Amino acid sequence: MATLNILIAVCLGYVAMLFAVAFMAERAALRGRGNWLRSPWIYTLSLSIYCTAWTFYGAVGYAARSGLEFLTIYLGPTLIMVGWWWALRKMVRIGRTQRITSVADLISSRYGKSGVLAVCVTLLAVVGITPYISLQLQSVTLSFSSFAVSDAEGAELIATYDTALWVAVGLALFTILFGTRNLDANERHHGVVMAIAVEAVVKLFALIAVGVFVVWGLAGGVGPMMERIDASQIGQWQVDGGRWVGLTLLSAAAFLTLPRMFQVLVVENEDEGHLRTAAWAFPTYLMLMSLFVVPIAVIGLELMPPGSNPDQFVLTVPLSQGRDGLAMLSFLGGFSSATSMVIVAAIALATMVSNHIVMPIFLRLTQGGASGPSDVRHVVILARRMSIGVVLALGYLYYKVSGGGTALAAIGLVSFAGLAQLLPAMIGGIFWRGATRNGALAGLLVGFAIWAWSLLLPQFGGGALSPGVMEQGPWGIAWLRPEAMFGIEGVDPLLHAALWSLSLNALVFVVVSLISFPSPLERLQGAQFVNIFEHSSNPQSWSGGIAQSEDLMIMAQRILGPAEAQSFFQTEAARQGLAGYLPEPTPDFLARLERELSGAVGGATAHAMVAQIMGAATVSVEDLLAVADETAQMMEYSSQLEAKSSELTRTARQLRAANEKLTQLSVQKDAFLSQISHELRTPMTSIRAFSEILRDADGLQSKDLTRYASIIHAEAIRLTRLLDDLLDLSVLENGQVSLNIREGLLSDVISHSIAATGTDMHALRVRRVGPASEVMLNTDLDRLAQVFINLIANAQKYCDADRPELTIEVNRRGGRIIVDFIDNGSGIPPESQSMVFEKFYRVADRQAGGAGLGLAICREIMARLGGTLGYLPGQGGGAFRVSLPAAQRMAAR
Amino acid sequence: MKDKSIPLFLERRSYRQRRLMDAARLLPLLGALLWMVPLLWPRTQTVQSADAAAVSTSSAILYMFAVWIFLALAALFLSVMLDTKAEAQDSRDD
Repeated sequence: MATLNILIAVCLGYVAMLFAVAFMAERAALRGRGNWLRSPWIYTLSLSIYCTAWTFYGAVGYAARSGLEFLTIYLGPTLIMVGWWWALRKMVRIGRTQRITSVADLISSRYGKSGVLAVCVTLLAVVGITPYISLQLQSVTLSFSSFAVSDAEGAELIATYDTALWVAVGLALFTILFGTRNLDANERHHGVVMAIAVEAVVKLFALIAVGVFVVWGLAGGVGPMMERIDASQIGQWQVDGGRWVGLTLLSAAAFLTLPRMFQVLVVENEDEGHLRTAAWAFPTYLMLMSLFVVPIAVIGLELMPPGSNPDQFVLTVPLSQGRDGLAMLSFLGGFSSATSMVIVAAIALATMVSNHIVMPIFLRLTQGGASGPSDVRHVVILARRMSIGVVLALGYLYYKVSGGGTALAAIGLVSFAGLAQLLPAMIGGIFWRGATRNGALAGLLVGFAIWAWSLLLPQFGGGALSPGVMEQGPWGIAWLRPEAMFGIEGVDPLLHAALWSLSLNALVFVVVSLISFPSPLERLQGAQFVNIFEHSSNPQSWSGGIAQSEDLMIMAQRILGPAEAQSFFQTEAARQGLAGYLPEPTPDFLARLERELSGAVGGATAHAMVAQIMGAATVSVEDLLAVADETAQMMEYSSQLEAKSSELTRTARQLRAANEKLTQLSVQKDAFLSQISHELRTPMTSIRAFSEILRDADGLQSKDLTRYASIIHAEAIRLTRLLDDLLDLSVLENGQVSLNIREGLLSDVISHSIAATGTDMHALRVRRVGPASEVMLNTDLDRLAQVFINLIANAQKYCDADRPELTIEVNRRGGRIIVDFIDNGSGIPPESQSMVFEKFYRVADRQAGGAGLGLAICREIMARLGGTLGYLPGQGGGAFRVSLPAAQRMAAR
Repeated sequence: MKDKSIPLFLERRSYRQRRLMDAARLLPLLGALLWMVPLLWPRTQTVQSADAAAVSTSSAILYMFAVWIFLALAALFLSVMLDTKAEAQDSRDD
């Protein structure tokens, strides 16, 4: 039986071997002999940190519990890798050209180097990864105890010492040693990558060894194995369709967004060409890793006593068969899986924390720390080391708080769902130029909140959320119940949380992006990211001509280290054809320097640092935009001038029109005056003639005398009437008339008008029809009567029928009262119909009874009363229509 | 990207490269489709009549891994055929 001491010795030996490998790789890389380090195979193997202890132990447990569902965790990444031409190729290109250092850096750079977004992504990653790290600690601890079962002394040892704590401390040390040895501008860790590649081989070999032992050693070959699989309790297809699709999608999303995967996929990538090897080699690796999972699970279920932890079958099956060596190998495989994941995850998280949280705070506190006394380089490294410690401490705490009881796979999936929240912002950012910072931020917060509420907090058992909250929701709000949000119950909790958080996240992201407006830098970065294959230049344009190179050098030395900074500056100076160490601060050089720095401290910080030194000499995008704004203003001004000149043209045209009208009016006035003088002269002439006769002629008979005097009288009356009419018309036309508004019945007005014209004495017969004559009017009744009288009198004068008859018809149409005056004469000839309302117009060859002002006056009166007067053709006689606005109420009928 | 110097018809070789890129884009969709086939299989819980038995795990394993191997081989074929020049061209027309 393997004692725990041997186990610990093997463990330490293994770690020492990893140290040696990492150290040698670093040395080789430093001496430039590390070509083999940059092979696509190392890259592919380093991707295997996707397969953590979760895969190694958890997959078998998962298979023993729910059959083939465990495959989904590997199907998603396989599809992403096979589809590298879509997303991964673009991400790697962006990562390389923009010097992206982490997933937070990617998202913040894309959305205008936003610091807030970077902090949010970093926090989300820390919260999301913590359960995952605790999962690794738990699995290592479990595997120790599996060994200890057969060793009383060991069990005692396990009980005394907290294995998880020691593992955490050990891993923190290893990570600090190799993850933060150098502050490379490329943020690449050759030693760590090499160690991971070795671990990848170890874990694959261990799992396959156990698998081979199980299939050929215990089951007796492939055929019998298959029969035993079908006979076992997981012998039939039992996967829920929703979980099958959901988990595949979730694992695909997590493959892209997990910080450690981003670290090895994008940051540690040496050459884009490596992707084409990984595209098929990594799916093969995943396939081999899952090949023997089901056989091990089935044999474990058969051999092990009921109730034993299926997560440990990889270890306990060889142990129960007395294969201590195999069990030891298997233990090392699990140990490798756990350590490699923790190391890379801790490096990735530490990079994010130090670049996006610690450094901005430090720079703000020291007020231009780049030129301050403290050594930025040390601060960065210290921040990383502390971050690594904090990340591992958090993982350990989570392990302690959550009780370490949940099945491994469940914790891993919680983590996946949390990190998947980055997917909309990430994919939207590299494929959609319309995605904005506010959209990404809002989507992230919504997704994160839902995930934490419905999936993370319930993980803590009774601690974080009381059973009451789980049952009835917070404050009794049922639709906020963590596992039945919006009232939808009975869904698998993981699927439920992933569905709501991701869909609402994406929805909010898209909607807010659509309605918000990005800043200039954001739009530039968006164009750069989305069309990465078209541009390769940095969007930032720096310029300076003053002696700032020295300041830049001082800062660069602090961050990159003196040797590296000096050689960089020397190369740059040589590129510009200058000797020495100080190149001109051309935009090109500054862009390269900023990229160089962003490898060490992140894009946003590097940008801020260069900006501080370049100070006022900086031409930022905003400045350029201000220039563009001025141009736009000038263009606007000129267009305003244009508008003004066209307005002037319009005014001139209007003036011309007004002038024409005035001329016309003047002509009209002249015509009117000549008309009037003519009209006035006719009676005047006869009055003068007859009065002269009366004065000069003697011996007139009294009969003639009377006749002449009455002619003079009649003409004088006619003259007076004409003048009255003229006065009346002028008053009406000037709008000076004062109306005497009264209430009265329309029928009364008509009766009064008929009586006033004295129709009974004439041959004209008046017929009144229409139902609506009992209408109450609210108007100037006298003026209205004047109109009616004029119309009736006209009919008397001009109706040429043998038996003249006037029909007065009252109707109500819409809101108006219509009074038609229709006679049975020959009517007004069509050519005169439009003229009858003009002043002094008389229909030809009729005996002139009036001055031709009556209808003009009537029309003016009706206009004053808010009505109209018009000629109504086609009524079989002369017909005039008066239309009036109806009064508010009807008279009693 | 509109570039007037790009002729309307490509050489045969470039044409072949373009179609290989199309294939590379379509491969994950094909993979997803094939792996979603198990959604159609009867499950233990849903099988009622005796004649429609649930799919056995061994045949499920055979199917899943066959698809897996096919995808890996197809990706291998495509990554060998798609040479680095293709990417340069692709970057122009993407």
